[in-house]
Amino acid sequence: MTNADDAEMVARLQAGDQAAYAQLVDENAGRIYRLALRMLGSEADAEDVLQETFLSAFKSIENFEARSSLSTWLYRIATNAALMRLRRKEPQQVSVDEPIESDDGELIPRQFFDFCCLPETDLLRDEARAEMMRAIEELPATLRSVFVLRDIEGLSTEETAETLNLSISAVKSRLMRARLKLRERLSIYFAHATEETR
Amino acid sequence: MSATPHDHDQHESCRHYLRSISEYLDGTLSDTLCDEIEAHMATCENCRVVVNTLSKTVLLYRRLPSPEMPDEVKERLFKVLDLRPYYHADESSEKPAE
Repeated sequence: MTNADDAEMVARLQAGDQAAYAQLVDENAGRIYRLALRMLGSEADAEDVLQETFLSAFKSIENFEARSSLSTWLYRIATNAALMRLRRKEPQQVSVDEPIESDDGELIPRQFFDFCCLPETDLLRDEARAEMMRAIEELPATLRSVFVLRDIEGLSTEETAETLNLSISAVKSRLMRARLKLRERLSIYFAHATEETR
Repeated sequence: MSATPHDHDQHESCRHYLRSISEYLDGTLSDTLCDEIEAHMATCENCRVVVNTLSKTVLLYRRLPSPEMPDEVKERLFKVLDLRPYYHADESSEKPAE
């Protein structure tokens, strides 16, 4: 959607045009649902966040000032709703297999199993994908939101920063930490899986 | 970063380059720093493994299949939003349903 399309859509929404509301939902619901599912790992929670997002958006559309695009605005509402839900859940468990964190918060890798050259059938099998999803769900919420937006949904660093109301450097730092944590987790998984098949 | 014995300078180099590897993978680092990282990787097996597996990790996540929103979830959404006359399972129309 171009800026001009966005402006026209905003005008229709602010005028209470029901067809415009439906169009906004049609064009964005799938993305919002997918984002919420990636963030929360539960279809029921994802549906709740989806509904909350559009209810909240429709309620506040009158005050929308187009400082960001409609889609970024919806992403921001959805991400905040998902993060609030995550904060209400149980505290993060810290695994003994996690990378070591130094005093200044830097992550130091300690798994060096090179799984790059494993056959695609091993890397992409259902069990490996299930492990990948569990690994995302175990990331701290602050890292998970950045990783999902940036590496799975494909937003740019700038768009991710705008969506999460973070600085560019905070996005980069959290993305690196998320990637390193996931790498450690996958290294352990693929090392064990490879050992078992020998 | 190494699990094998390293001298202090080598270990400090690993930590120094580790801070930049995420941006290295995204292609947003300067050519000079990229060259330094590549030169370091040529002499440090563990850093080479970390960079390669980090890159593979990101690639694997990007290749995860996208979950589809079930039609019934969309239908319930339209109902909650009081937009039921506009609901279409195929997401292709914005006109009210007959």
